[in-house]
Amino acid sequence: MGISISNISKSYKNVKALQDISFDVKPNELFGLIGPDGAGKTTLFRILTTLLFPDEGTATVAGFNVVGDYKEIRKNVGYMPGKFSLYQDLTVEENLNFFATIFGTTIDENYDLIKDIYVQIEPFKDRRAGKLSGGMKQKLALSCALIHKPKVLFLDEPTTGVDPVSRKEFWEMLKRLQQKGITILVSTPYMDEAALCDRVALIQDGKILEIDTPEAIVKHYPKPIYNVRANNMYQLIISLKDYEFNHSVYPFGEFVHYTDSRTDFNPKELRHYLETKNLSDIEIQETEATIEDTFMELAK
Amino acid sequence: MKRFIGFIKKEFYHIFRDRRSLFILFGMPIAQILLFGFAITNEINNVDIAILDHSKDTTTEEIINKIAASKYFSIKQMVTREADIASVFQKGQVKAVLNFEKDFSKNLIKDHKATIQIITDATDPNTANTITNYISAILQQYQKELNKDITIAYQIIPQTRMVYNPELKSVYMFVPGVMTIILMLVSAMMTSISITREKELGTMEILLVSPLKPFQVIIGKVFPYIFLSIINAVVIVMLSIFIFNMPVQGSLFLLGLESVLFIITSLALGILISTISATQQTAMMISLMGLMLPVILLSGFIFPISSMPMPLQIISNIIPAKWFIIILKAIMLKGVGLQFIWKETLILLGMTVFFIALSVKKYKIRLE
Repeated sequence: MGISISNISKSYKNVKALQDISFDVKPNELFGLIGPDGAGKTTLFRILTTLLFPDEGTATVAGFNVVGDYKEIRKNVGYMPGKFSLYQDLTVEENLNFFATIFGTTIDENYDLIKDIYVQIEPFKDRRAGKLSGGMKQKLALSCALIHKPKVLFLDEPTTGVDPVSRKEFWEMLKRLQQKGITILVSTPYMDEAALCDRVALIQDGKILEIDTPEAIVKHYPKPIYNVRANNMYQLIISLKDYEFNHSVYPFGEFVHYTDSRTDFNPKELRHYLETKNLSDIEIQETEATIEDTFMELAK
Repeated sequence: MKRFIGFIKKEFYHIFRDRRSLFILFGMPIAQILLFGFAITNEINNVDIAILDHSKDTTTEEIINKIAASKYFSIKQMVTREADIASVFQKGQVKAVLNFEKDFSKNLIKDHKATIQIITDATDPNTANTITNYISAILQQYQKELNKDITIAYQIIPQTRMVYNPELKSVYMFVPGVMTIILMLVSAMMTSISITREKELGTMEILLVSPLKPFQVIIGKVFPYIFLSIINAVVIVMLSIFIFNMPVQGSLFLLGLESVLFIITSLALGILISTISATQQTAMMISLMGLMLPVILLSGFIFPISSMPMPLQIISNIIPAKWFIIILKAIMLKGVGLQFIWKETLILLGMTVFFIALSVKKYKIRLE
C-alpha cells in the first residue's frame, strides 16, 4: 500500500532531472524528500501522481502502476502541488465543497479526517481563498487534498513560504494524519523538518544521496563537529576557511560548524590560530551533527 | 453526474465573480450592434455639397431644389468662381461640388444638351461613388419629367428592384456579421481563456489528479459558455428586431438551431486553442488574431467574397464564419427553410466534428 520506486529516470531536453532513483515508502510511513530547489523533487512527485511519464524505470503507488493504472491512482491519492493551486475567486467552503464533489464525496462524510485542520479555517469559510494568509492557504489546500480520504498523500513543499509557527502546526497535523493510516510523502527544502519524518531521502541534482531515519543519518556523520563562535562572524568564517586543516566550514545560526581534516584534532590549536587572526570571545564546543551537516557533507 | 454539476457550478462562480469578463461578455454585443447599426454605415445622409451655378436660370434652380429636397444632400454653400472649388475641398467643408455650365437652360433648349460637372472628394472612394450615383439618379429623374410628353422611338427602360433589403439598409448586412463575430469571440476566446487559466494557476494539475475524466472537465468548462452565448444571440436578435426593425423572415426556431450549431463550432475551436496555448495571454492573442481577423476580413461580412482574388476566395471556404453568415442572411432576410441551406449547415457540422475530434486528440491527460 505504500510507494515503490525503481530505477526512475527523467530528463527535460538537456537537463537530467532524475537519475536512476529507487526507494520504497512503507505503508503508513511519513517519508521526507529533502533537497534544495531544482533537486528533482517536484518531477518525482509529478511522476508518482501520474502527471508525467518516467523516461525509464517503474513505480507503483498504493499497489498501482503509475503508467498503466493511472486512473486508479488518481482516485486514491491526494496531491498538494508546490504552488497554491486552489480557486482564488472561490470561498474557503466553496473550494472544499468543489473538491469533495469531484471526488464523489461530501464534506460531512469525511469531516472527521479534516476536522483538526478545518476548524482552524472554518471561521473564515466565507472568505475568498485568494485573500487568506499563507498558513491558512496551506491548511485549506491540505483539507482539499484530504477530503476524499486518500490512501497516499503527496505534499510538494507544503511549508515553503509559511511562517515558523504555522510550519510547526502543519507538521503536527501530518503526524496526526499518519496515525489515521495515511501514507505520506512530503518534500521540503528545510533540513530542520527532516527530523520530524520517519525516514528521509536526501536528494540533489536528481540523485539520491542517502536514505535512512533522521537519527541514523545524523549518527553516520563521519567526523566530530564543532560549534565555533567569535566576536566577528565574517572574519571568523574567512579565517576558518583559510585554516590549512579545515575539512568543512558552514555558518549555522549564531555558530559556525567546523570539522577538521585530521583525526587527532585539538580545539586548543584552533583557538590559538584564531587568536592570531585578532578574534576574541572565542568559543569552541563539540556538538551533534544535524541533517544539514550530513547533507552538506554528502553533497560535497 | 453530481461531479459534473458541481463542476459547472464552479464555472458559473468564476464567470459571475469576474466582473470585467462579465462586462465584456454582455457589454460587447450591445455596444457592437449599436455601433455598427448607427455609426458605421455605408449609407449617405445629409452630405454637404456646394454649388457653382454659372447660369442661374430656372432649370438650374429646379435641379438645385430637387437635390436640396432629397434627404441625402444638404447644400452648404454657393461658390462663385471656379478657382474657389479647390479651396472648398481643401477646407473639407463639402464632399462634392456641382458645376452648372453657362447658359444651361438655353443650351438645353437650343442644343438639347447641357452639361453639369460633378466633382467629388475621392479621399473616401466609396462615399464619392455613392454621391455620384445618387446625384446622377436625381438628374435622370428630372430629365424624365422634362421628357414626359415626348415619345422617343427606341427606349430601354431598366426596371430595378432590390429584393430582401429594398431600402439598402446597411444594418441588414451588419447584424449577421456582428452576431457571428460576437458568438465566435465569446465562445472561442472565453473558453480558451478559462481552460488556460486553470493551467496557468496550477489548478489543472489537481483536476488531472482527480477521478474527473478529461471530457468531463472540457464539457464542464464549455457548458456555461453555450448557455451565455445563447443569451447573447437572443439579445442581438432582439436588438436588431426592435431597434433597427430588422425583419426575421424565416423561422426563429431554425435560426436558434443554426446559432447553437455555430456556438458549438466556436467552442470546439476554443478548446483547440486551449490545447496549444499554455497561458491566458497566448490563448487571447490566438483567438483575436486567428479568429477575429479572418472573420472580419474573409467571411464576406464587410468585403464581398466574390470580388476577392481567387486564393482568398478559396481560403474563405475554411472559415466557419463565412458559412454561418450565409445561413443567417438566408434565414433572416430571405426567409428560406433548411432545404435551401442544408449544404452550409452540413459544412458547419463537418467542421465542428473535425475540431472536436482534433481537440480530443490533442487534449493532454498529463502535463507533457
